[in-house]
Amino acid sequence: MSVATTQISVQGSEPIFHVIDEHDHPEGASTMLGFWIYLMSDCLIFAMLFATYGVLGGNYAAGPAPKDLFDLKLVALNTTMLLLSSITYGFAMLTMEKSKIGQTQLWLAITGLFGLAFLGIELTEFAHMIHEGATPQRSAFLSSFFTLVGTHGLHVTFGLVWLVTLMVQTARFGLTTANRRRLMCLSMFWHFLDVVWIGVFTFVYLLGMLR
Amino acid sequence: MNPDLVKMIFGRLNLEALPLHEPILVGTFAVVATGGLALFAIVTYFRLWSYLWREWFTTVDHKRIGIMYMILGIVMLLRGFADALMMRLQQAIAFNGSDGYLPAHHYDQIFTAHGVIMIFFVAMPLVTGLMNYVVPLQIGARDVSFPFLNNFSFWMTVGGAVLVMMSLFVGEFARTGWLAYPPLSNIGYSPDVGVDYYIWGLQVAGVGTTLSGINLICTIVKLRAPGMTMMKMPVFTWTSLCTNVLIVASFPVLTAVLALLSLDRYVGTNFFTNDFGGNPMMYVNLIWIWGHPEVYILVLPAFGIFSEVTATFSGKRLFGYTSMVYATVVITILSYLVWLHHFFTMGSGASVNSFFGITTMIISIPTGAKMFNWLFTMYRGRIRFELPMMWTVAFMLTFVIGGMTGVLLAVPPADFVLHNSLFLIAHFHNVIIGGVLFGLFAGINYWFPKAFGFRLDPFWGKLSFWFWVVGFYFAFMPLYVLGLMGVTRRLRVFDDPSLQIWFIIAGFGAFLILLGIGAMLVQFAVSILRREQLKDTTGDPWNARTLEWATSSPPPDYNFAFTPVVYDNDAWWDMKRRGYRRPLTGFKPIHMPSNTGTGIILAGLATAMGFGLIWYIWWLAAVSFVALLAVAIGHTFNYHRDFHIPADEVVRTEDARTRVLAAGAQT
Repeated sequence: MSVATTQISVQGSEPIFHVIDEHDHPEGASTMLGFWIYLMSDCLIFAMLFATYGVLGGNYAAGPAPKDLFDLKLVALNTTMLLLSSITYGFAMLTMEKSKIGQTQLWLAITGLFGLAFLGIELTEFAHMIHEGATPQRSAFLSSFFTLVGTHGLHVTFGLVWLVTLMVQTARFGLTTANRRRLMCLSMFWHFLDVVWIGVFTFVYLLGMLR
Repeated sequence: MNPDLVKMIFGRLNLEALPLHEPILVGTFAVVATGGLALFAIVTYFRLWSYLWREWFTTVDHKRIGIMYMILGIVMLLRGFADALMMRLQQAIAFNGSDGYLPAHHYDQIFTAHGVIMIFFVAMPLVTGLMNYVVPLQIGARDVSFPFLNNFSFWMTVGGAVLVMMSLFVGEFARTGWLAYPPLSNIGYSPDVGVDYYIWGLQVAGVGTTLSGINLICTIVKLRAPGMTMMKMPVFTWTSLCTNVLIVASFPVLTAVLALLSLDRYVGTNFFTNDFGGNPMMYVNLIWIWGHPEVYILVLPAFGIFSEVTATFSGKRLFGYTSMVYATVVITILSYLVWLHHFFTMGSGASVNSFFGITTMIISIPTGAKMFNWLFTMYRGRIRFELPMMWTVAFMLTFVIGGMTGVLLAVPPADFVLHNSLFLIAHFHNVIIGGVLFGLFAGINYWFPKAFGFRLDPFWGKLSFWFWVVGFYFAFMPLYVLGLMGVTRRLRVFDDPSLQIWFIIAGFGAFLILLGIGAMLVQFAVSILRREQLKDTTGDPWNARTLEWATSSPPPDYNFAFTPVVYDNDAWWDMKRRGYRRPLTGFKPIHMPSNTGTGIILAGLATAMGFGLIWYIWWLAAVSFVALLAVAIGHTFNYHRDFHIPADEVVRTEDARTRVLAAGAQT
């Protein structure tokens, strides 16, 4: 709201107590800030799950430990999928800036496919573990493992639903201001999930193998 | 019918879930049902449904949403207080071999419900309601940053309240105490629906609270009137900002920890179990990482209210504005570093306990600074003892006692003796009633004329005040004594007859508070009847200092015809002092958000999903969830969410106010 500061000085000594020439608030002016704050609140949920994993992650209850379960090659592949999806989302944003709707949609679609691949690999890993008897019920370690990684996966799933919704909206209404803003929010969400995954990869998988 | 099919349709819900064998509940149900039907009939008879839907349920106006929050809080106060009275009566008579009148099964639900309702569905809605109403007006904004989200948040809070109220008549509520500690709250020891009602009631309401926190932070950061720098914000806005930061930084913790408890209960994971590596103390730690900031979420806005009231009714600028702001911020930060003082007896060792004991004691320093600031504001002021000021003085006396017993409890060795005793109960009621509730009453009496255009009746208000304050001391001072004698909380029967007299005194205090609440309801009714005599035409009945008093009472939909420009932290006082003249011409169309029914629909679906999950009615949960997603996505396809109030209408509204002001000036 920098409108007023210019007006105050105009009138000289007589104080002006209201904005005379007011414009509409630009639509969605607070959205980016609001979405950032939302992301931080979501980050706190992950922080709690990390903390829980930190406390309970060593309680194997005579069950399997990370070394018995994790396949680092698979996880590395999975991480690659997610990191690539972040890069392609970045390309989507770059093409959006140039208002190239077709290319934007293409990059978004590629992002979605990488996301799907990530989820697919994660689910395969989960299925494999459960098949071996390493279920979430088996020990506190596995409860906190499945919850932390699963919550991240759930976020990616909702991200995909959102991605499809935005692609439909972009196709129907074009790259309007509102749609650009929404794509920007999803972009932040997507990169945020990437950052969380880096934490998961390091803290759960890599450090888990060292335990 | 095939039992499997019945189970598929109704989950574990059956006729036995209706408490037909409990006469107290049947009686309550009869009263509630009659009242509800009467209300329904009145609304239908006067054809108010469409008005209510159009103007209230779907509104995105922060003022109306604020008022609805307040109504929710006051209705739930009646329920929460009924629970309190029942407990006081039970404890007063359960001596000398008597079992009292409440069976253990019922009594345990009552103390749980009392705590949950008073914190989540009385204090929180009242605090959020006042913030919602006042903050945008104080900062000269037209509405909050996300008006639709505001409506949605409100209905989510209502959804949570509905689930908790439903547990009274369909099934039962948790019997675990208000924080539902495992392993008691885990499926092995609480297999019934009680804890599930607790979980889903709080989860649904918690989403609303978190979103409303984000909304108000953005509003305060982004929508302040030009000239209002951070250090020119009214203190209530400052405390609201800090409270909402606390909300956003603590409610996700509650969401996470309740989600983990649900996983334990529904999926059979081992987070908080006794075996397979689970750790119940993990729950206690996590929930208090939310729980302690929650205390400050409630009390900071009350501190803000006292600051506004003290300055206004002393006719002086607030003493030590800067120190007040810094004290608030310091409390905000420190509130994260004290959670362990709720369970010093966990056995975390001397060093950890000392750390948390010391941080706890440090919090009393900024709080004490605030107390002195209020005192110095009053010093040499021209104090008017109107109702808001009376509540403020009562607060200052009462809260100091509560604060001192708090510092006493912060000493770990003393806490080992007093942990979970009635001394603790007396302490936190002392600060929550004496701090939060008195603050809310001050705020209600202070801002009521702004919201409705007439003052609250002072006679019944004073009656209510004296019953409340005297009743409070009668009800809780005996609990300090009992706690020092070693009586623990949540007991249903007592062996030692010498204790009875203290419980009778406490019961008498509760009765006085009942009269106080009654007088308050009469105060509302009388004020509505006498609204012509109590009318405020000026928009500024208290000769107040901040921006909300610059507009009419009640304010028009758009709050301010022109956005105000601020030069001083008592902006309105500054305007009055420097001969502000209200603009009479040059009105323009005003850009406003449109109403929408999406919020109430989404919240209704979330509540239905909660109900399905509580009763294991999986199809209902699944259908509601899919519908929830579909409606939410559908809503995003609506790109036209705003309209303009035409300039003519603004002119009409403002001219009407000009005439009212002129008429007021002549008389």
